[in-house]
Amino acid sequence: MQKDKAKRPAMSRLPGNKSSKFIPYLIPGVLGLAVIIIVPFLWNVCLSFTRWRGVGPMKFIGPKNWIRLMGDATFWKSFLNSFWIIVAIVVIPTILGLLISSVLTDVIQKKFGSKTASFIRALYYLPQLLPVAVAAIIMGWIFRPDDGAINALIAKFTSGSVAINWLGNPKLALPSLMFILIWIQLGYPIVIFMSGLQRVDPELYEAAGLDGANWWQKFRVVTLPSIMPELMVVILTATIGALKTFGPVYLLTKGGPGTTTIVPSYYSYNQFFQIHQVGYGAAISTSLTLVIIVFSVVFTIFQGHVEKNMDD
Amino acid sequence: MALILLIVGALIMLFPIIILTMNAFKTIGDYNATGPLSLPAHPTMSGIVGFWKMSDFPVKLGNSLLISLIVAVLGVVLSVLNSFALGIGKVKGNRWIILAIMLANMMPQEALLFPLYTMFKHIGLYNTQWAIVVIFTIIQSAYGTYLLSSVYGTFPEAILEAATLDGATRWETLIKVVLPISWSTISVLFVFFFVWTWNEYMIPMAFLMDDNVQTVPLALATLQGQHTMDATTLAAASLLSIIPTIIFFIIFQRKLNQGIVAGAVK
Repeated sequence: MQKDKAKRPAMSRLPGNKSSKFIPYLIPGVLGLAVIIIVPFLWNVCLSFTRWRGVGPMKFIGPKNWIRLMGDATFWKSFLNSFWIIVAIVVIPTILGLLISSVLTDVIQKKFGSKTASFIRALYYLPQLLPVAVAAIIMGWIFRPDDGAINALIAKFTSGSVAINWLGNPKLALPSLMFILIWIQLGYPIVIFMSGLQRVDPELYEAAGLDGANWWQKFRVVTLPSIMPELMVVILTATIGALKTFGPVYLLTKGGPGTTTIVPSYYSYNQFFQIHQVGYGAAISTSLTLVIIVFSVVFTIFQGHVEKNMDD
Repeated sequence: MALILLIVGALIMLFPIIILTMNAFKTIGDYNATGPLSLPAHPTMSGIVGFWKMSDFPVKLGNSLLISLIVAVLGVVLSVLNSFALGIGKVKGNRWIILAIMLANMMPQEALLFPLYTMFKHIGLYNTQWAIVVIFTIIQSAYGTYLLSSVYGTFPEAILEAATLDGATRWETLIKVVLPISWSTISVLFVFFFVWTWNEYMIPMAFLMDDNVQTVPLALATLQGQHTMDATTLAAASLLSIIPTIIFFIIFQRKLNQGIVAGAVK
């Protein structure tokens, strides 16, 4: 049906109106997009071919920044860390979110009513609501080495004093950061999956139950296919968000110790504003943008395939 | 069994907030003597009052309210105009235009930072709330356009035909027919835009230099940067910073729920 639409000449859904007559309505939006997004982005691409300290003369140096980027271990490290950030923001919260939301819908809502279920959901959603700056600062305080709550909690159970430097120890910094990100992120998939699960016909579960399906089989045959659209939306938006991660890293670890928690976003910000290598920072942020665009296009194509397979 | 696991999970989620609230009402002596895990021995508001004064909290609150409110209104207006042309008008190449608009959401903000910084400096909007308003109106309306044009793409044909038969112009159709019917989606977008803009961090940090133009999240973050805050002040400041968001959430919780439903299913 989509294909038929594409072949027909552009027809508006308002009968008797040519689609071109609607162009004036697009002017403010497209103009704003051009001025605030497109031009600055192209500008940023141009900057990546210059050497510039942010003020003073700008020097065109061709692809030098890009060549340097390819051999920059910190740059590759930042993308390697992005992989772990994706694990913390996409993989773990999505899997936990699937389990928690299906238990909430399938068990809690049935036994204890929808008020209880949505109350528990709200508890999980709370960190999502906080400004990321505030959430990061709160967690940074809880993970403090000298007087933080985590160490105090451990000390209570081991009856000794503990001074683990969670975010300052090169071995522990990335796992600790990942734990904090999971805490921030978890509510998002839960809320979206639960709203998707409301669409599922309860009779499907009953029918599966009568056929003797256990919880896992019901989950695979009924739950998962039903919330496939939501699953796709969550994976796409969360992955883009993970690649763009900045606030928690900036506020908690500044990429350190060393480069153990550096991410592309923070690396380019650091080049821009801390060491005033605008050209190099522009190259890093341009490459991150390209990665996000390529991922989004590939994912959209993949999503099309999945949806087609499910229709068959 | 499942219930117990869920509640344990919820407690882990809630633990930081509980700890935060307990320590926001402690004195620093109290904190040093008993650690972060005990209830305040001598409850005090001094931490909260201290941050309120030190950060000029009412000014930050006013800035955040002003910026978020204007962005939410303008973002909705722009989303509606775009979506009317793309979803109902089916302007040629509408899928590609929507994809191009979505770029605003996909773009890492630091890829825009320097050019925008230079631009706003030239026109004299740097270090003002208006720079933030303009930028986030465009970024938020990208999501709004994505969502609302798919809603308008399935707008009931019969209603549109009836409007045409009554001799309504395009503008009249938008204002009198399309707008009233899509009011629930629009109010959801409004809530989203408000909360998202309120929570923004990187661009406001790079663009708002002076104390009197900064927002609530910046107040906390810059305070943390200036000097290592003692634990109780930090807890009090964090608590004060999240109260407005939580109040907003409680008021609009039902709308948010509807919105998440609308947002998830394209």
